[in-house]
Amino acid sequence: MEPFANLNTAWFALIGVLWAGYLFLEGFDFGVAVVTPFLVRDELDRRLCLNAVGPTWDGNEVWLLVAGGATFAAFPLWYARLFSGFYLALFLILLALIARGVSFEFRDKDPRPAWRSTWDWANFLGSLVPAIVWGVAFTDLVHGLPLGPDGRYTGGLLGLLHPIALLGGVTSLVVFASHGATFLSLKTTGELSERAERAARLLAPVAMAAAAGTFAWVAAAGRPAVPGALPGAVPLVFALVALLALAAHVLLLGRGRQGFAFLATGLAILATMAAVFARMFPAVLASSSVESHTLTIGEASAGHLTLVVMTVVAGIFTPLVLAYQGWTYWVFRARLVRPPVGPADVLRESGGATPTSPAAGPFERPR
Amino acid sequence: MTLPLLLARWQFALTTIFHFFFVPVTIGLSVVVATMQTLAYRRKDEQWMRLSRFFGRLFLINLAVGVVTGIVLEFQFGMNWSSYSVFVGNIFGAPLAIEGLLAFFLESTFVGLWVFGRDRLSPRLHLATIWVTSVGTVLSAFFILAANSWMQHPVGYKVEHNKAVLTDFWAVLGNSTLWASFIHTVTAALVTAGALVLGIALWHVRRGEHRAAFVRAAAFAAAFTLVSVLVTSVAGDLQSRLMESQQPMKMAAAEALYNTTDGASFSILTIGNLNGSPVFQIRVPHVLSMIADLSWNGQVQGVNQVQAAEVAKYGKGSYVPVLWVTYWSFRLMVGAGIVLILLSGWGVVLARRKRLDASAWFGRAALAGIALPFLANTSGWIFTEMGRQPWLVYGLMRTVQGVSSTSTADVLTTLIGFVALYSVLGVIDAVLMFRAARRDLDDEAGETIVAPGLVY
Repeated sequence: MEPFANLNTAWFALIGVLWAGYLFLEGFDFGVAVVTPFLVRDELDRRLCLNAVGPTWDGNEVWLLVAGGATFAAFPLWYARLFSGFYLALFLILLALIARGVSFEFRDKDPRPAWRSTWDWANFLGSLVPAIVWGVAFTDLVHGLPLGPDGRYTGGLLGLLHPIALLGGVTSLVVFASHGATFLSLKTTGELSERAERAARLLAPVAMAAAAGTFAWVAAAGRPAVPGALPGAVPLVFALVALLALAAHVLLLGRGRQGFAFLATGLAILATMAAVFARMFPAVLASSSVESHTLTIGEASAGHLTLVVMTVVAGIFTPLVLAYQGWTYWVFRARLVRPPVGPADVLRESGGATPTSPAAGPFERPR
Repeated sequence: MTLPLLLARWQFALTTIFHFFFVPVTIGLSVVVATMQTLAYRRKDEQWMRLSRFFGRLFLINLAVGVVTGIVLEFQFGMNWSSYSVFVGNIFGAPLAIEGLLAFFLESTFVGLWVFGRDRLSPRLHLATIWVTSVGTVLSAFFILAANSWMQHPVGYKVEHNKAVLTDFWAVLGNSTLWASFIHTVTAALVTAGALVLGIALWHVRRGEHRAAFVRAAAFAAAFTLVSVLVTSVAGDLQSRLMESQQPMKMAAAEALYNTTDGASFSILTIGNLNGSPVFQIRVPHVLSMIADLSWNGQVQGVNQVQAAEVAKYGKGSYVPVLWVTYWSFRLMVGAGIVLILLSGWGVVLARRKRLDASAWFGRAALAGIALPFLANTSGWIFTEMGRQPWLVYGLMRTVQGVSSTSTADVLTTLIGFVALYSVLGVIDAVLMFRAARRDLDDEAGETIVAPGLVY
């Protein structure tokens, strides 16, 4: 194969990695927000749930911007057709992300319950909607959509809500919820952690069932053959890995191994995205109607120099990003504790003076 | 112009203008807060630390809205301007992706460390986090301006199979338009933050609260603003000369100069129509030639001549932008800039004489002056984008050619949706900023509460 064709394929895979990374990271951000209302008993609990994702949610969200930007740079035609075709779906996601994004900052600006409740709702809905819609979108992509010539999708929002895509949306929601609940159990202590773990244990088998259902339906529905497609076994293996990971998740939670359980849902998300991209290859937009309307990697790809530039930049800066994002998680590796007594003000960090000593505050042994 | 096109243009304009209310404050305040925290750290100065946290609270409220309104823009290219995206993607997409990879990751990660890591990181490392955040914001400006500058002055490309294809990446990054606008935009952001700090600090001084601390902040802000606005002006002046050679119609439109003139005068304002026989006009001789060509009798091209030249080069059609928009937006921007020079200059003089706390008039002027950079920023962007019309990419693609084929109903839905949401967000943001600005220096109400952690 020509080196150039390899670069196209490499970038297709890289974009898959970026979307997968985004859903791995924001998956638990969305999940935490979605389960929080069911787990918190008071303002203190709520504070802990917000702090669990507080330092890192914004950095996680940037993965979406880089995934989108990389799609634009490496496959301009795919970016154009995808983003204009999924117009209203993306609009819903944008509204949700806006509401969620400001809610983190605005929530504490006023002590009134009505104010805080409004932003708590914004945080919840702003996470619920993308958790569903991303699942719908990727299921549509892998199942195929009726496309016009030149890869244009004109079926509107309703056309995206095929039952199989709706099941995909439910699946992503439950998987993210389980992923988030597990993360919360890792990041907190005491009763809140226990409640989170119980929630994860409840959601885990549902996640597995929904995923199995979606995978089976997608496989059964089939799609028009695209020349150069990978053998069906490849996406199938990835899908099976995802299912096994979700099964492992159930087992690991049963054994109280929260850390490994979190890695298991994480693996499930990554493996599912691998299956999605493997099944799409070499199409970027698969047509369920007229076969020739399918948009392929070759047709959508950017020119050679653009891909080379992007490869060099990515090669230099991605390891750097992974390093400092990883470092952030290390800095905030501590489990968050509830002080045993006292009002929420006790949680306030020592203010004013240059912080040369660690925060005063009661520490509680975890149960 | 078809309705979907009109709606798409309005949506892009409104969402971008709204985003750019917050971006200069983000860039500028990040530098101000980082500087204040540095002064606190270096001099072991309690007052500067409290000031850095005070303005840091404003920074964070503003950042939240800036970030979320930015996501909309990245998506909007594909959503509403898909034909444009296909045509320019090879060149335009790369700076956008790089902006995310280099700038957004840096900014978002390190601001999280700054907010939540105050007690987990050493003071030196904590200080570094706000500086790194600031670098992230500036890098972000660079790459998005690389993309926009390519639209104004395409370089390093060739057109192949109906697409613009990259031939020279360094040319794109070395675009003279980019460097002039980068300096101009970043320093304008510094001006925005400086004016904000100046107005707010002096408000507190007039109230008699923590006078010593806020007088220091005001003195710092006056000098900071003055230096920044002078550099902004020089960079803007540089841009004028580039404009004359790269986009002559835009220069002519800035002045509504109909016919090519040697030794062209600059009209400060015009009442009545702009077509050569106004009711009233104030003109300053030769200044336009000085701006456009750095020479007393330099030639400035006129609208009619450039129109004829572009018809000859590109075919039939009108290449003339909406002149009353370009004329007035240019004047608003420059006018606001001049007032800011005077205002900050006055502040520096007062600070020198240790009379910043004595002049109530200056305090009121500084408070009103907060609005000036916002006026300048908005009218500047309106000028440069409207002045490029009908071109989307100058000389290569017209705006009408770039729009997606989305239905009127869909675009109307999103336009109304964004206008509604942004209106609500804007009001809430203004209220929160207003409240935070009026708080006592040490009142940490609303600051992010960080739960203590137990490290295993």
